[in-house]
Amino acid sequence: MLYQNAIVSGLVAGVLARLFMLRLDYRQYPTYPHDLITHIALGAIAALIGAVFIPALLLKEFTAVTFLTIAAEQFRHVRNMERETLLKLEENELVQRGVDYVEGIARTFEARNYLTIFAAIIASGLTIWIGWLYATAATIIIIILSQFLKTGQVVGEIAEVVAAKLHFKGPLLMVDDIVIMNVGYPPSQEKILAEGMAVMIKPKDDNGRAILHSVGQRQAILHTAAALLGTKLEIAEPDFTPLARKDIDTGAIGLFILPLEKDFECLRNIIERSPVLESASRKPLETQAGRIASD
Amino acid sequence: MEIDISKLILAIITEDPQLVSGGGAPVFIASSAEEKEQMALNLSRILGGMIHDLGNGVFFIVKH
Repeated sequence: MLYQNAIVSGLVAGVLARLFMLRLDYRQYPTYPHDLITHIALGAIAALIGAVFIPALLLKEFTAVTFLTIAAEQFRHVRNMERETLLKLEENELVQRGVDYVEGIARTFEARNYLTIFAAIIASGLTIWIGWLYATAATIIIIILSQFLKTGQVVGEIAEVVAAKLHFKGPLLMVDDIVIMNVGYPPSQEKILAEGMAVMIKPKDDNGRAILHSVGQRQAILHTAAALLGTKLEIAEPDFTPLARKDIDTGAIGLFILPLEKDFECLRNIIERSPVLESASRKPLETQAGRIASD
Repeated sequence: MEIDISKLILAIITEDPQLVSGGGAPVFIASSAEEKEQMALNLSRILGGMIHDLGNGVFFIVKH
């Protein structure tokens, strides 16, 4: 069969690229095993579409190219499905991901399928024109590049996480100078003081401050922290809700959580490695007005 | 879609009735600080709300 090698190499390159990107997905996803299968299956379909793209053009089957638009439509549909699923699950989540995080996950899911198509097109094209050895090399480069491109910013790059003092001012729970909430029940107050943790997330510059200003970003950090360290929050126990509130003067975030594992280094690590959400990403320092305002 | 009331004072618990007046929420009078705490805990569990302290010894339950 004509272009057999090209199609096979494109397919392999695409699936490999998707598999490697899946490893980065791992932390974002609650690792539903069936979701994993969905990802791989859709990745394989995307890879196949990419792999036949150049052979179809070379065979002058131009109508075949229009199938790409159907594929794009399909992946957009998948993004909607992913969003709906996560939002439904969100209702039963005690510490919610937040709409921003869900949107980010859904968007990433769609984008990674396009990257898979792209990898497959390059690999199949190179196989046709300069041989499979070059295609293999290109695939490896694409995979390495996608690892860098898809990692995105993490909170540790835009802010530093330092320990903070958890205390009560009357009934008000405070993290340093930031009011978190009013806790009226004295035994809850004692438990929070004994077992709670507090950190300050201090933005490194104005860009960081704008990102931490996003409520969705804070919720994503809280969700990650609660998912990894555990939380003592329970139905009908709202006193132990993890919360993140902003110091309105400095833009620093005071974070309170009542974890199952009280370990500051772990909490710092988790927060620093939380992804900066695309929807929260703001760059006032990129504009002239923002730069002038910052000094 | 579940519809729920939130940010509403569901009950007020106090030792001193002088500190509260009128309003839409039922007021429960406690005879001691311990009783007040116990009543607040019971009410918060029953109503699914959170106990807040007004700072002057008045507890109230708010649904968030």
